[in-house]
Amino acid sequence: MTNEQLRAALQAIIARIEETKDELTELDNAIGDGDHGINLARGFSAVDEKLPTLTGDLGATLKTVGMILVSTVGGASGPLYGTAFMKAGNALKGKTEATAEDLLAAANAAVEGIKMRGKSTEGEKTMLDALSPALAAAKAAAAEGKAPKEILAAAIAAAKAGAEHTKDIIATKGRASYLGERSLGHQDPGATSSLYILEAIASTI
Amino acid sequence: MVGIVIVSHSETLAKGVVELAKMMAKDAPVYAAGGTDDGRLGTSFEKISDAVLQADQGDGCVLLMDMGSAVMTAEMVVEALDDKEIRLIDAPLVEGAVLAALESQAGAAIDDVVAKMEEARTIRKIET
Repeated sequence: MTNEQLRAALQAIIARIEETKDELTELDNAIGDGDHGINLARGFSAVDEKLPTLTGDLGATLKTVGMILVSTVGGASGPLYGTAFMKAGNALKGKTEATAEDLLAAANAAVEGIKMRGKSTEGEKTMLDALSPALAAAKAAAAEGKAPKEILAAAIAAAKAGAEHTKDIIATKGRASYLGERSLGHQDPGATSSLYILEAIASTI
Repeated sequence: MVGIVIVSHSETLAKGVVELAKMMAKDAPVYAAGGTDDGRLGTSFEKISDAVLQADQGDGCVLLMDMGSAVMTAEMVVEALDDKEIRLIDAPLVEGAVLAALESQAGAAIDDVVAKMEEARTIRKIET
């Protein structure tokens, strides 16, 4: 992946978040504070404004995107996705081109960053319920020597199943945890936006 | 004096807590960091770091957060301003702020301010 391709992937994420912001906010209305879609759209539109200037290496681009999200999103998804992009940027520091292996390491750093920032893990009805299984599936597909497209397809299938599964989880992290059992039956907005971000990235590879 | 920053999703709430804390300790450096940069409910990295820079007089700074993303955003500010002594305190927002302001104005060191704020966790409002 080159910086040009990374910017195309970012462009796809920006468009996807804009398209789905009402749906994400709707999901958040049910079990959260009803701002997930609006917050993310605000953050990614700020990324959109800066995108033409992000012409450095892959690490620098990702790091700047992370900083923009932290500064503009406002809700919990700001520090969480912001940390994810910044950690991925750290993993690709100084690189102008990344191999599939590099990207997998960056994805791993991103997911670890979210776990660290949210002090959370899989099974708590959060974005990690989409991202952790997606990462595991991507690693497994890579270990079998699959092509990048197939690795991403495996990750997306796992993220989809994971996001769906959040309906059966009682939230123990985030605002939804205040609802306890009443959070059952609702799909987690963070897991859903994580799925959409992965799908957007895959659409450009 | 130890600086005090009130981090809340609501600008109004953060300012209100500052107002209450200043009621008993008007000279304490208490600053509000509430809401997002564009006036929505949420927390702002810039607002928090600006408030820390204003509050910090070289004696360190304590931060009180309302919930959730306020804590995460505050953590990122602490990481970014790693040359400063900044502590995130797990205490009730109102009582913690009032106690912190009183201790700070009295000239207490940061460890003593923190200890006093943490006492706020066990102070009962209604005697049983």
